[in-house]
Amino acid sequence: MITIKDLSFHYDNEDSLMNTNVLNQINLTIQDGEFIAVLGHNGCGKSTLAKLLNAILIPTEGDVFIDDMNTKEEQSLLTIRQTVGMVFQNPDNQIVATVVEDDVAFAPENLGVPSPEIRERVDWALKSVGMYDFRKRTPHTLSGGQKQRVAIAGILAMMPKCIVLDEPTAMLDPVGRQEVMKTIKMLNQKYHMTVVLITHYMDEAAQADRVVVMQKGNVVMDDTPTHVFTKVDTMRSIGLDVPQVTELMYELKKMNLPVKADILNVDDCVSDLLKILTA
Amino acid sequence: MIDINHLHYIYQPGTPFESVALNDINLHIEKNTFTGLIGHTGSGKSTLVQHLNALIKPTSGQIVIDGVDITKPNTDLKEVRRKVGLVFQYPEHQLFEDTIYKDIAFGPHNLGCSEEEIKERVLEAADIVGLTSQMLEKSPFDVSGGQKRRAAIAGVLAMKPSVLVLDEPTAGLDPAGRDEILDRICGLNKRFQMTVILVSHSMEDVAKVADKIIVMNQGTVALHEDVDKVFAHADFLRSIGLNVPQITMVMQNLKKNGINVNDTIHTVEAAKDAICRLLAKKVQEK
Repeated sequence: MITIKDLSFHYDNEDSLMNTNVLNQINLTIQDGEFIAVLGHNGCGKSTLAKLLNAILIPTEGDVFIDDMNTKEEQSLLTIRQTVGMVFQNPDNQIVATVVEDDVAFAPENLGVPSPEIRERVDWALKSVGMYDFRKRTPHTLSGGQKQRVAIAGILAMMPKCIVLDEPTAMLDPVGRQEVMKTIKMLNQKYHMTVVLITHYMDEAAQADRVVVMQKGNVVMDDTPTHVFTKVDTMRSIGLDVPQVTELMYELKKMNLPVKADILNVDDCVSDLLKILTA
Repeated sequence: MIDINHLHYIYQPGTPFESVALNDINLHIEKNTFTGLIGHTGSGKSTLVQHLNALIKPTSGQIVIDGVDITKPNTDLKEVRRKVGLVFQYPEHQLFEDTIYKDIAFGPHNLGCSEEEIKERVLEAADIVGLTSQMLEKSPFDVSGGQKRRAAIAGVLAMKPSVLVLDEPTAGLDPAGRDEILDRICGLNKRFQMTVILVSHSMEDVAKVADKIIVMNQGTVALHEDVDKVFAHADFLRSIGLNVPQITMVMQNLKKNGINVNDTIHTVEAAKDAICRLLAKKVQEK
C-alpha cells in the first residue's frame, strides 16, 4: 500500500548554507492492512515521515508511493489525501467547525458523500471515540482530550484506506488512550485499515504488528514488538523506554533467573513470575 | 502554604452551556512539598490550578496562599502571580519575544526589576533549565520544541516563585526528554525549596517524583495521600478512569494469587528486589 524508496528530506532553511537531512535514504514498505508503530526520540524525523505519507511534504530525494501513486504527481494529490488520512498531535490545529458533529461531517461533505450516509458516518465515528453525547457541543468548551477524540472522529468519517496518527494520545488520560487504541485496533482488524501510529507510549507500540524505530533520520530497527522491545540495551542507548514489565524480566534474567525475556504485558509477566515463585 | 476552602467553579453559569467544573474542593498543601495532581480529562485539574494564581476567580469559596486570602477583593494580584508561577500545557505557545533572553526577561521587567537584576535572573533561570548563553540570543521560534519548552519554563522561574505549578510539562516529550525535565523539576523542589504541584496523566511520572498525590474525579477531590497509599486504591483508580503503573498491576496480581508482596510497589527496581527476596526466602525454607 505504501512504498518508500531511497527517501531523503531536508527542510528549506534560508539561513543555513548546507541543509542537513532530516531523513536519510529511508526504504520502507507497508502492506495493506498492517498496523505499524513508529518510535524514536524527538527530532528523529518521525513527524516529517508522517507528513510525507500524504503529500503534505514532498521528498527532496527518492519517492513515496501511495497505492502506486507518486506523491510528487500533482494530479494524484486529491486521491492520495483521501487514501491516507492524518491525525495530528494538537486538535486545535484540525478542528474547524463550531459544533462537534459539523466538524466531523466536514470531510465527508467535501468528498460529496450523500447526506443520509454523512449522518450515519458522523454518528458511528463519534460513538467509536466515545464523544457521541457531545455531538451538539461547541469544540472550544471541550477539554484537550475530548477535542482530540473529535479530531480523530473527523478523520474516521472519511473512511480512508490508511490512517496516520502523530502521537494522537499525547493529551489523553489512560481511559481516553485505551479507547483510542481500541478504536485504532478495531479499524485495523475489522475494517482492515492500514495504521501508522507514531507514539512514545511503549504499551501502544507493543500492540502493533511491526515496530519501526528511528534515530537521527534513519530507520535503526524494523521488527515485531517482541524483537524490538527485548533489545533493552539498544533501546536505552537510543534514549527510548521499554514497557516496565519487559525491563523487570530483563533485569531478572540478567541475574540468571529462569524467566522469559520476551514479555510485553502484565498478564504474561504475572504468569511467568508465578511459575518461579510457586515452583 | 495553600489552603482551599469550599471552592466551587461553574463555567458559563446561567447559560445552556453551564457546567460545574469544581464542586466543593477542600485542600491543604504543605510548604516545600511535591504534590502530583492527577485525574481523567475533564476532571477539573487545569481549572483548579488556574485558581491558584488568580487567573480564574471562584464562583464561591476561599483560597489562602501563604496567609493571604487571594479571593478577597483588593488583593494585590501582581504579588500573587509573582509568588505562584504557572506553566501551562505546551508552554512554548506562550513565547513571543525577538530573543529568548527578552522573553525570559519579560516577567522580571514587569515586576519593575533593574536591568542588572533582570540579567541575573535571566541567567539563573536559563541555567536551571539547561539553556546555554548562545541559546539566549536566538529567536524562540528558531529552536527545537524541547528548547522552546525550557525557555517558557525559564520565563516563569525568572519571577522567583515560591510555588511552581506545572500543567503536564512532559506532554509531547520523548522518554529522555521526560526524564530530564522531571529531574530538573525535582531539583527545584529539593534545592530551591519550591512548593511544586505537577499536573499529569502519567502515573509513572508522578510516582517517580511526587511525595503526595491528589486524585480528582468529576470536579471533586477523591483522594489526597502519600504516593504509596494512593496506589493501594488500584481498583478505585481504574474505576474513575485512571491507571496504576504496570509494575504495580503486576504486584497486585501476584498478591491476588496468594504471593506475599507489597502491592504498592511502583518502580522496576523495587519489584526486582521484592521478587529476589521472595526467591531467597524460598531457597532458605528448602
